[in-house]
Amino acid sequence: MVEETPWQQALRYANRANPYPFYEELRRTPVARQPDGTYVVSTYQEIVALLHDPRVSSDVRKLPVPVAAPAEGSAEAEPITEAVISLEPNIITQDPPEHDRDRRMMTPRFVGPPHSPHLISDLEPEIRRIVDGLLDNMQGKTRFDAVDEFAYPLPVTVICKVLGVPLEDEPRFHSWIETALDALDFGPEAASEEMQSRLAGGRRAVQEFGQFAADLLDRYARQPGPGMLSAMVNEDGPEERMSQGVLASNALLLIFAGHETTVNLIAHSVLTLLRHPDALEKLRRRPELIVPGVEELLRFESSVQFWHTRSAVEDIDIAGTTIPKGAPIFLAYGSANRDPQRFTDPDELDLERCDNQHLGFSQGIHFCFGAPLARLEVQVAVGEFVRRVQNPRLVEDPPPYRHNQIFRGPRHVLVDIDGIHD
Amino acid sequence: MTLRATVEELVREFRANGRIVIVGASLAGLRAAETLRAEGFTGSLTIIGDEPYEPYDRPPLSKQVLKGWVPADHTKLPRMREVDADWRLGVAATGLDRDTKQVRLADGEQVPYDRLLIATGTRARQWPNPSEAALYGVHTIRSRDDAAQLQKALAESPSRVLVIGAGFIGSEVASVCRELDIPVTVVERGSAPLVGALGGVIGEIAAQMQREHGVDLRCGLGVSSLEGDSGGHVRRAHLSDGTTVDADVVVASLGSIRNVEWLEGSGLAAGFWGVGCDAGGRAFDINGVVTDSIYVAGDVARAPHVLYEYQFLAMEHWDNAVLGAEVAAHNMVNLEPNYRPHLLLPGFWSGQFGVNIKSVGVPPFGDEIVFTQGSVEERRFAAAYGHGGRIVAAVTFDHGKWLEYYGKLIEQSGPFPPPPPGWDQPPDMKPVPAEFPDPRVPTAIPDVVLTGHAPSERTAEFRPRRH
Repeated sequence: MVEETPWQQALRYANRANPYPFYEELRRTPVARQPDGTYVVSTYQEIVALLHDPRVSSDVRKLPVPVAAPAEGSAEAEPITEAVISLEPNIITQDPPEHDRDRRMMTPRFVGPPHSPHLISDLEPEIRRIVDGLLDNMQGKTRFDAVDEFAYPLPVTVICKVLGVPLEDEPRFHSWIETALDALDFGPEAASEEMQSRLAGGRRAVQEFGQFAADLLDRYARQPGPGMLSAMVNEDGPEERMSQGVLASNALLLIFAGHETTVNLIAHSVLTLLRHPDALEKLRRRPELIVPGVEELLRFESSVQFWHTRSAVEDIDIAGTTIPKGAPIFLAYGSANRDPQRFTDPDELDLERCDNQHLGFSQGIHFCFGAPLARLEVQVAVGEFVRRVQNPRLVEDPPPYRHNQIFRGPRHVLVDIDGIHD
Repeated sequence: MTLRATVEELVREFRANGRIVIVGASLAGLRAAETLRAEGFTGSLTIIGDEPYEPYDRPPLSKQVLKGWVPADHTKLPRMREVDADWRLGVAATGLDRDTKQVRLADGEQVPYDRLLIATGTRARQWPNPSEAALYGVHTIRSRDDAAQLQKALAESPSRVLVIGAGFIGSEVASVCRELDIPVTVVERGSAPLVGALGGVIGEIAAQMQREHGVDLRCGLGVSSLEGDSGGHVRRAHLSDGTTVDADVVVASLGSIRNVEWLEGSGLAAGFWGVGCDAGGRAFDINGVVTDSIYVAGDVARAPHVLYEYQFLAMEHWDNAVLGAEVAAHNMVNLEPNYRPHLLLPGFWSGQFGVNIKSVGVPPFGDEIVFTQGSVEERRFAAAYGHGGRIVAAVTFDHGKWLEYYGKLIEQSGPFPPPPPGWDQPPDMKPVPAEFPDPRVPTAIPDVVLTGHAPSERTAEFRPRRH
């Protein structure tokens, strides 16, 4: 039995609630080669350098498959990358110039001037209405699930509105997303029979989800409707339109990423504040701290723990190691955000932290497309939770976690309360 | 009391009761004042500024303000903290007496100091012929008032604007004119726009950009004279090739002059390129000896830079003003070994003709350039400058997110040409001469200048030994 690396241990489901001790060990080797040939980068400066390094590709088509021959004696399974590349390329999994062009086409219809400079800020009243409604629904309850009843409904409603996805389709795509996420495992448990069988289901779910996105776009092509997806299909920009396949892949990405990470972020924020009653109380007394507070929560429990589709297209010397041409690179944001070389007392939650340039939204050209929307949603949701929920207490700590390692988050967060303020 | 304890007591005493004077009430002056307070300085603080306004931000003046998006008086700089200073606004400093440690003001007053920060910055170089410069419709752009007046003139839909000088400010003004659909002629003495800051290769791209946007660009020419009508309004410009341009608004964008005249006779190393200082912001006297009580920050400071062969570097950049001021202020209330250096990798940005131009390092230090990413044709690319086989600067057009990478390479004295990117490679990755003009060519003065090794320049006065 070969001893597992800190990275492999961090990825074990048993450690999902607290991977941080393993990250700490991992950071001793900032760029750590794994038995499957992957290079895991876990320190802040090195990750930032690679995020801005044009020798690093994000294109899934450039990922080597299989990654490498399994190390002698280890039970390496089918490489995980195979499931990933079954998706068509979208802005996350493309390099410039395709990436730049496609993102340029999408940006103005989402956050950007000149077409829609107020789109995000104009959503605030609606976001407040949704959050208020969710909290109103808890009137009279003494216990609720902060994931199912609070963290999930807000982002999914908002993203459906922004994109123009019928809310009644939510149960369908929710189930595909859950199935796909549960099927994707990057750790030693990927080899298990259970994960292998889940993988097949996950691939099917991704295909069905992709078909759903393509059908939706077809519908909008025949009859334009509200929202960003219809605009992407129908409105001509100065540049060539994306192909149908790429358009559908980006639609899928927006539907998925537009809420999945936000759900985890809200759930983790509630969980973290309940674990830090001083911080919760401080936020109650000084609601204006919600803005720096959310940045700290993003640092403390990064919604995206790492990213997995990058590879070296040239030999790259970094931190005393050479990442060879062709090697896959995992950038461990969750670890970098706790790097003591970058953040003072990184394991302390400090809502007033200065110089908090966390990697919760990454950096460089792939910086989170939805960051402005996510920030607003979490600020409103967590701010109102703190203001309105009376005496919240965590029922179970740690709560049960979802299987996926990248989009790490609690499956349920049960909270006991005394009531809901108006 | 040990010597060390005595020194520590003196520092405490100075922080509590010292007198600090800052000359210059713009970005560097304000940020220095804030830093002094943040560092625990509770003594008296006087800030002297020749303009009547509280510190304001300049980058918007040539962009958002001219377009009419933001009124010129809405550019006040945000305050990071209370500075509790005695503000002397609207009165210029006119002299410095280092023997009695006093700053002389235009109104005759004398302000005593224990420590002085010089942050007087630069001013716009005026059109050299005073009677022509006085014609109605002739503008420069540096101050809030300048921007307000020019904005008003542009809002009145002039028949044509003439911009003299195609550096960053001139090019930004031309860009705003085209956005406002005003006909504009740009006359540049050098071979291309931006040539002083970025060289002829990039200058040629900037020239094409201007022409594509309908700018009547004329390079390699000067304006010999401006002609007004009987009402004293500018109407026409005569160019050095004998042609004329009819215009009712003229913007002289001829670079800047450092505000050092008030230091004449002070014995400081002050001259055309600014006030010499060490990397900690401590001013040099004319013999190159560092002073103990006088500091310099912002556009007017020039200090040796480790990455550029310790040549003196003067930078007219926003972050140089902020970070240099913070370092100088820190050092004003500390002693060795707690001094901090200001070792900034220069960087700037400019927006013009719909393109975001950014750079790091000192392009004019380079003599070769290579395109490293993207496409020149599509106006989105990165290019690196090299000198002696190492990378010394980089410029991007709509590719700013990659600058971090080039900045790191420059800091590490990485190789030139730099390693090729894995994708989005330009068709031609062969280094070519960067085509910087001779620094003595007028109006080609970049806003980051290496000021150390010009043999014709001597800002220090040589005094032979007398005994």
